[in-house]
Amino acid sequence: MPGNRPALADVEAAPGSADRFGSASAVGLRTAPPATPLATSGIATRARQGQRRRGRTAILRLISPLALLVIWQLVSEFGLVSAQKLPPPTQVWSTAVSLVTTDSPAYGTLQGALLVSLERVAIGFAIGAAAGLGLALSAGLHRFGEHAVDPLMQMLRTLPLFGLIPVFIVWFGIGNAPKILLIAIGAAVPLYLNAFSGIRNVDPKLGELAHVLHLNRRELITKIVLPGAMPQILVGVRQSLGVAWLALVVAEQINTNAGLGFMISQATQFLRNDVIFVALLCYCILGLLTDWLVRVLERRALSWRSSFTAA
Amino acid sequence: MAQQLHGSVTVLSSPTVRVRGLSRSFGADHVLTDLDLDIAPGEFVALIGRSGSGKSTFLRALAGLDDEVTGELSVDGTVSIAFQEPRLVPWRRVAENVSLGLRVPDPQSSALAALDEVGLADRLKAWPLTLSGGEAQRASLARALVREPSLLLLDEPFSALDALTRIAMHRLVLSLWEAHRPAVLLVTHDVDEALRLADRVLVLSQGRIAHSTPVSAARPRDHNHAGLAVLRSRLLAELGVDKEGQI
Repeated sequence: MPGNRPALADVEAAPGSADRFGSASAVGLRTAPPATPLATSGIATRARQGQRRRGRTAILRLISPLALLVIWQLVSEFGLVSAQKLPPPTQVWSTAVSLVTTDSPAYGTLQGALLVSLERVAIGFAIGAAAGLGLALSAGLHRFGEHAVDPLMQMLRTLPLFGLIPVFIVWFGIGNAPKILLIAIGAAVPLYLNAFSGIRNVDPKLGELAHVLHLNRRELITKIVLPGAMPQILVGVRQSLGVAWLALVVAEQINTNAGLGFMISQATQFLRNDVIFVALLCYCILGLLTDWLVRVLERRALSWRSSFTAA
Repeated sequence: MAQQLHGSVTVLSSPTVRVRGLSRSFGADHVLTDLDLDIAPGEFVALIGRSGSGKSTFLRALAGLDDEVTGELSVDGTVSIAFQEPRLVPWRRVAENVSLGLRVPDPQSSALAALDEVGLADRLKAWPLTLSGGEAQRASLARALVREPSLLLLDEPFSALDALTRIAMHRLVLSLWEAHRPAVLLVTHDVDEALRLADRVLVLSQGRIAHSTPVSAARPRDHNHAGLAVLRSRLLAELGVDKEGQI
């Protein structure tokens, strides 16, 4: 069907074609009539319409968060809730600015705290992700590995993560190690579970293909198994990041002397809810940022599916 | 090695495929029983049989995908296979599919040459999921042929294609076979396809080669070729289908 080629190429090239609206327009493209000049221009128009619709959606989705901010501000302005308990957005903003610009003895600077927290979560996540993926590969590729690894990971899954905190403090003291370990374990489990099931769900016919093409073990893993499991692995990455941030928040509020969590526990003592809100919003933004990062990664790694999801 | 093997078939050089006493059971179900077969270098053999006759089992054994066959099986040289579904790796572009696992100095340009040969030079960078059925099957053929096999296994590769595409594919397979001269084993359930393409048509029944017919008509073969019509009804009778098409 040579007539469909430009259409499909358009779909591949269109940014964000994997999302809901992209695929909706792609369905239109697929069923487009063969490429007479008229039809081609129709395809281009439709692709442009798709982009415009995506832009409009982004604006529509901003309305409710903005409305929330306005209501929040008004609630404080009219004194419905005391500013002590619920500082208005404007005050949270000015507090954030002053935390960035001045190095207070009680809190340090916001960017300093951010860096400390980011470092913890990055190291913890990296260790956890590497462990989760490595274990998933050894369990996914060999029966023996599955019998050895899977029961332990299933046990770890049911273990309440934060119940480990007292034990870790006894074992590792109150430094960075127990916090990073907590984050690592939290991140490893969902990544392991997803990667394992992703690897097991790779089409066994492709395994046969690898056999007849005489792929070696490394090629089998890097060219067939991991890319095949990638959609599920990326789901795991997103879950892992979620747990990693959560573990960071919990771990940081116990016996810390730096980081966003330290800022929050200090602010609790000084009854500075505005500072707590600043720190919470930072967690929020960091979480959103990493999620966005994974989505970008997803779009790149799964671009081969763009035509597939459209069908 | 000139040797009288079985029946009237004289194999002058050593065969590319030599199978003796090949058996395979799935539980109590004996799919292949004591199967013997030789395929000469460059010979185009078609294997037909009713569904469930063990055609695919035999092909998988030849491809080295079945560890549980018993008997003697040797293939001289490399084996390539084109599967019924093209089995392109969906996350590798067409050219990368062809060069996958290819151990030559310049896999890239070998892949390009092979794709050019099957008429896909303009689809090198396409994702497999964007190919039509015929294009995907041609890519699969390129991937099999680029390995320069001495035995090319074709597992009903045309069965899912529409009639027109299938005719084009028949021509392509013949021209590729004439250019590279691998021994070919084509598994099919289509008697006409077997007669159009092969030097010899085998019927697999009761777990062994029940019937073997050389096809001497010159290629390209016309569908209405008189000699083929005779062979056709004989093969259909071997498969248990009578003239009225009753099974």
